[in-house]
Amino acid sequence: MNRAVSLMPGKRWPQALGTLILAALVTACAATPAKPSKSDKTVEPTASTQRAAPSELYPSTYRVPQNAPTLIRNATVLTGTGTRLDDADVLIVDGKIQSVGSHLQAPPQSRIVDGKGHWVTPGLIDVHSHLGVYPSPGVEANSDGNEATSPATPNVWAEHSVWPEDPGFRTALAGGITSMQILPGSANLIGGRSVVLKNVPSVTYQGMKFPGAPQGLKMACGENPKRVYGERNTFPSTRMGNVAGYREQWVQAQEYLRDQQEYEKKHAAGDKDAKPPKRDIKLDTLAAVLKGDIIVHMHCYRADEMATILDMSHEFGYHVAAFHHAVEAYKVADLLAEQGVCAAMWADWWGFKMEAYDGIPENIAFVDAAPNGCAIVHSDSDEGIQRLNQEAAKAIAYGQRVGLTIPPERAIKWVTSNPAKSLGLLERTGTLEAGKMGDVVVWNRNPFSVYALADFVFIDGALRYDRANPAFTPQSDFTLGQPAAAGVYP
Amino acid sequence: MKPITTLLCVLGAIATLPAAAAPGAVLIRNATVHTVSTAGVLEHTDVLISDGKIAELGHDLNAPAGAEVIEAYGKPVTPGLFGGLSHLGIEEIGIEPTVDDYSLKLGSMRPEFDVTAAFNPESMILGVARMGGITFAMISPTAEPGAKGSPGGTIIAGQGSVTQLDGALAPKTHALFVDVGGDASALSGGSRAAQFMLLDQAISEVRSPKAMLPNDQRLLTPAGRQTLQEYLSGTGPVVFDVDRASDIRQVIALAKREKLHAVIKGGTEAWRVAPELAAAHIPVVLNPLNDLPSTFDGVGATLENAAKLNRAGVKIAFSLDDPQPHNIRKVRQTAGIAVAHGLPWEAGLAALTSNPAEIFGVASRNGSIARGRPADLVLWSGDPLEVSTLAQRVFIEGQSQPMQSRQTLLGDRYLEKLRAHAAR
Repeated sequence: MNRAVSLMPGKRWPQALGTLILAALVTACAATPAKPSKSDKTVEPTASTQRAAPSELYPSTYRVPQNAPTLIRNATVLTGTGTRLDDADVLIVDGKIQSVGSHLQAPPQSRIVDGKGHWVTPGLIDVHSHLGVYPSPGVEANSDGNEATSPATPNVWAEHSVWPEDPGFRTALAGGITSMQILPGSANLIGGRSVVLKNVPSVTYQGMKFPGAPQGLKMACGENPKRVYGERNTFPSTRMGNVAGYREQWVQAQEYLRDQQEYEKKHAAGDKDAKPPKRDIKLDTLAAVLKGDIIVHMHCYRADEMATILDMSHEFGYHVAAFHHAVEAYKVADLLAEQGVCAAMWADWWGFKMEAYDGIPENIAFVDAAPNGCAIVHSDSDEGIQRLNQEAAKAIAYGQRVGLTIPPERAIKWVTSNPAKSLGLLERTGTLEAGKMGDVVVWNRNPFSVYALADFVFIDGALRYDRANPAFTPQSDFTLGQPAAAGVYP
Repeated sequence: MKPITTLLCVLGAIATLPAAAAPGAVLIRNATVHTVSTAGVLEHTDVLISDGKIAELGHDLNAPAGAEVIEAYGKPVTPGLFGGLSHLGIEEIGIEPTVDDYSLKLGSMRPEFDVTAAFNPESMILGVARMGGITFAMISPTAEPGAKGSPGGTIIAGQGSVTQLDGALAPKTHALFVDVGGDASALSGGSRAAQFMLLDQAISEVRSPKAMLPNDQRLLTPAGRQTLQEYLSGTGPVVFDVDRASDIRQVIALAKREKLHAVIKGGTEAWRVAPELAAAHIPVVLNPLNDLPSTFDGVGATLENAAKLNRAGVKIAFSLDDPQPHNIRKVRQTAGIAVAHGLPWEAGLAALTSNPAEIFGVASRNGSIARGRPADLVLWSGDPLEVSTLAQRVFIEGQSQPMQSRQTLLGDRYLEKLRAHAAR
């Protein structure tokens, strides 16, 4: 039983899936409305439009391209569900995984990939990236990841900072990344909304936006907020100030939500004098968290702070999907597992600040070993996102050193199904189960190796990266004409 | 139930400890010895360590009475690895000024600033790095601009030196560190052009004392002139942190003109200048993972940098870019990735061993394996460039290093807790 799944906004799934299926079938229908009904001419903002599901605003314009079926034959397949199949086939039809098994028949006009000696995994998912909001080149003019002007900025959305021309998207693709969560930075207690992107080239971020993905809310513990604001002699400057800061926000959100609900009750009862509460886009975000529509992802290093945050989540009745960085997760692996909270971690980063001093390279393996533990390998880095598979390989080795044996079919979950679960997307991607998105990587060998390279990357069944033909993937506009386009050499 | 086993995994190499171990004597049996020298790779070879030295390399060697015997089962033995250029021992924790000693912010050019005076051999980081197979590293200062009106550093960051990872500084290995390029403009009045102007002025204060400016216009103190004089006579390497191809060309010209023993650090676009670097015998210490234009100085970034430089005959060594020392063990992974992108495997290992030892003047001690040399060795569980490989045993000057660090102590403590919980 995992609360990270059970607390997903279940009501939205059928609609979101329906939109996606429609998009897949009618690819020309670019204006498929995501909103249920626009036939009434209500102009006045009502509580229900205020609460429009985040995915319906600034809607995704990503459409799955028409694509021939693909059959990958005779590969070692890690399904992302904990299963390894040797000498197996993977069939992708109409952008979706159709089946995984032996001796699959290729439909007419299929693309056939000889998988002999190759390994096939679900597309990798990074739950913690700042690509696009802290893009390359790292110039001040494009530094758009932290709205560090107030400690609580739930009103900002990372997607409104994403620069789709960041060359880092392409290098991440070469590392097998098919989806990623772009988060605001950690300067603030409440940093703002995240966005999940598909790793496809686009002039606009809407063209990358994962259709129907719930938004996240980035929050941050510890040193960063108290340093950023403490150095200015403003609130917060201590950890107790941090907690007071979150609680003040949640109290306001509870009141806002209560006012909304009271209005809705009166409105439904035909009370024509009823007025909705004044719209507040900060509280829109926080109220959406309390209703379970937005998923909390929290930057937190220390074990004791994670425990405090969990108590606070009980106080206000929301769920923390994942602690990010979580270098001390190994100290509270049991607590996190019991409460259905994932930990998104690096393999070996430590010591770069005081709250990272107790980092150990067995962290991931320990979190994984706790009964019902949910370990995620994340990057927070434009370099690390290019090789999450290698970070996982290090974690396997360090686990082995202390007697925790983790087979590849289990470790692959750290970079596929577990991140998908924490993002509320496990029903759509993250494994090679039938009906899921055709997000698939074909590796030149066992991916848990420093020498492993992605040969092919498919996103929704469309080939997006071919190592033998780097020109197949378009360059970002930025790299055009520069001495060496990222990843492609003269 | 998860697979929590009860024993520490010994990863294959089983050490037999005789009852009365003679201090120091160790026989490693049946190893694949990568000498990183003209002797090449020695298969099925025994290594005898005695009195801190490699006493013998050969077949069927006899273990002296009381020696520890390690069965390697054909696994690789390499020289201890180079940890790159970092704040090892001078930055215990990031962003904590009381334990950060790498940066001088007096607002004046002080080449005599020698950061090794702050070196702390008790740093917890040394133990972590040793367990990663690192046995030598270059301690380097970093120049930083001042914050909000307070003085900062200058383009000459100061001096560092090589340390062995047992905490012993290597004598006569000082190097001078100089910052060049766009990210150093804040240290040189706002223009990279001024970096060469200031270096010219400092050099002329040393070379032409008669033409010297009045005191208040001089860049250097008498001690600073003395220090710079030594580097101008070629006694030690001058490490230029520089990435853009055009800036590297300026450094090549400066080094040629002033007969400096120049080393390029960073070198993101060095591949574009590879023939000139090779001709000038200027080595490059790079992070081969740089493949994004993190600044405009690196728009030519490519994963093939290492392979291209090596092919052109440039001597390369590997280092992380970030001077924070905590994760310098990752340098091994960077070599593996360079190999995955076209660098021959042997060149990848050399860039972690013999090349940096030669570049930084410790080749008689570090970087290769030969009879009679100090025994700085690592026995690996597999391919030393592979991320799934771990160091099994590490020797520095023949001393077996404890495979324990503050990290393993933390891990052991909390593994107990996890096991107890899982058993409930």
